[in-house]
Amino acid sequence: MTTAPLLNVEDLTVNFPIPGGWFGRATSHVHAVNKVDLTIRPGESLGIVGESGCGKSTLVQAIIGLVERSSGKVVIDGQDFHEARGRRKREIRQQMQIVFQDPQSSLDPRLPVWRLITEPLHVRGGMSKAALRARAAELAASVGLRPEHLDRRPYEFSGGQRQRIAVARAISTDPDLLILDEPTSALDVSVQAQIINLLLKLQRELGLAYLMISHDVSLVRHFCDRVAVMYLGQIVEAGPAVQVLDSPAHPYTRTLLATVPSLKHPLPELAATRVGELPNNRILPTGCYYRDRCSFAAAGCDRLQPLVEFGDRAGTVSMSPPDKAAWPRSVRCHRAQAGDI
Amino acid sequence: MMVAASEILKPTGQKPAALTIDGLSLEFPTYAGAIKALDDVTIEIGASEIVGLVGESGCGKSVTTMAATRLLPEGRYRVTAGSIRLFGRDPFAMDETELQDVRGKLVSTIFQEPMSALNPTIRIGRQLVGVIQRHEAVSEAEAERTARGILKDMLIAEPERIMRAYPFELSGGMRQRVLIAMAFSCNPGLIIADEPTTALDVTVQAVILRLILDRAKRTGTSVVFISHNIAVVSQLCDRLYVMYAGRIVESGPTRAVLEAPQHPYTQALLRCLPERVEPKAELEAIPGTVPNLLDPPPGCFYRPRCPEANDQCFAKPPSMAPAPDHIVACWRRETIQPSIKASEATQ
Repeated sequence: MTTAPLLNVEDLTVNFPIPGGWFGRATSHVHAVNKVDLTIRPGESLGIVGESGCGKSTLVQAIIGLVERSSGKVVIDGQDFHEARGRRKREIRQQMQIVFQDPQSSLDPRLPVWRLITEPLHVRGGMSKAALRARAAELAASVGLRPEHLDRRPYEFSGGQRQRIAVARAISTDPDLLILDEPTSALDVSVQAQIINLLLKLQRELGLAYLMISHDVSLVRHFCDRVAVMYLGQIVEAGPAVQVLDSPAHPYTRTLLATVPSLKHPLPELAATRVGELPNNRILPTGCYYRDRCSFAAAGCDRLQPLVEFGDRAGTVSMSPPDKAAWPRSVRCHRAQAGDI
Repeated sequence: MMVAASEILKPTGQKPAALTIDGLSLEFPTYAGAIKALDDVTIEIGASEIVGLVGESGCGKSVTTMAATRLLPEGRYRVTAGSIRLFGRDPFAMDETELQDVRGKLVSTIFQEPMSALNPTIRIGRQLVGVIQRHEAVSEAEAERTARGILKDMLIAEPERIMRAYPFELSGGMRQRVLIAMAFSCNPGLIIADEPTTALDVTVQAVILRLILDRAKRTGTSVVFISHNIAVVSQLCDRLYVMYAGRIVESGPTRAVLEAPQHPYTQALLRCLPERVEPKAELEAIPGTVPNLLDPPPGCFYRPRCPEANDQCFAKPPSMAPAPDHIVACWRRETIQPSIKASEATQ
């Protein structure tokens, strides 16, 4: 627990302006990510679950700099990513790599596999073609591709094989953190199992940390050490994956889990599933963001809810902000904290 | 030993079956040869039955139902054996006008992607009214009333507003509800739901599945539910068929099949699910890949990936034979233990 965090995200906020006024000036904003704190330690996996539109993809894209953050900090290995410039920024960036959902569109169809895998090294420069090829062969072997695959092009591979290529490319720069954006949702379950096994093996061998986005709760429970549940750009509940997903505390997490298809329970009745649509994120609700859809809403829910630790260690211990997200279990709901639910 | 599927799995009702597919084989001719998409597929959907069709991508689930409604591109495929009866009638003997009367009235399909199934340039209301008036001799006002009622049944709070909207103005879940409303609007006897919730969030998915299930039960509509998600099928369907590489490998009542699967493929499919194992433990993947349907292997199609295979599996494709409470196409069924049970799965 005392190891220094690998990734520290503090108060990260992303707003997208909506042009509409004179000369395309923004009249309002989409509040995609609202003050998110999270921490990942080396070798650890954090899962992020939530409905589409909850901001989970925007969050990880802001972390690796694919979208512009509005405020907040991303610190990796003690270095502020957004403050860094030039060469140093590129070096920090290479410690984080991403694997996208759809290997069909994330691999350039015109490049052979060995070029695809070593593209990040090629961009970094300083390696000869022979050295790149040799490195490609090593990487391909570590993800279970055969040497004869190196000269083929992506269209010659199945979805699972393509995702192996994407993983090989992501680990080519020896990153410390891999971001996985729904890495298996385009794959069949039998192939999903192969990719998940591969990722777990790489984590054991290379000590990688993972930040995985998924809507598949049973996969997150299997794959991740900790989980954060997002709703309307906020983390509403976080903690050890098995604990949170087996005994959710926040009313939203409960509704979400009740609707997950499972062999274990029958289809929920309509009353349990009527959660309505995600509210508009142009005008953020006052008080608790979930209040309007919550069946436990009561007095006090009109106050803004902080993410507070609960359970055995709950109390008045004041912690410095970087430790906030590392708390064992936290929930953004005063009724759950009071044990009313 | 050979037992027809229909003899074991007689639908309980006395009404005639909604859809009977008997020994259907179908191929797509290409320059490289014929792709044998379906091989001896036998399926029966009884009246008021909700039946699942499960399998991985490319196993022939959609082709089966699209053949039954003749939605496959004409001239691009060949039926090499077997027959189809849709409410007792042969879709291949119908002309285009008859087919259009049948589609929407007797049988409706709900597709996976609601955006591409709706016309983007026409308001929702007009599209719904158009479907109703195509099949029922009712006035415009009457059709609009029906449309509003059925949208309300789909838990759409402001049907008036939705009917004035264009498809792009609605969320994915809302669009899918409109499509379900459209599918049910002429009270068809059979609904084919082809992965209707795959593009949706779980919370929305649960609502959509409930809406389909409740309305089908209330109106006695039969449903064929196509999905790659075994968990969803287990929650929804009375009976299921498991498909692999264009063949049915196992079928029976949902509980019987999932609690004591007999086919090695069904067993492996259930073992792949992360729901069943310790966190971080190795998941059981199925080694190898699906066979190339241009040149399928002799004997059982699952043999190259099957840990139980022997010489017999090489020689001849297995036919459907009884297992406890259901039927399975596997030569080794007597030696294979139903190694995984749903009761174990709940640990």
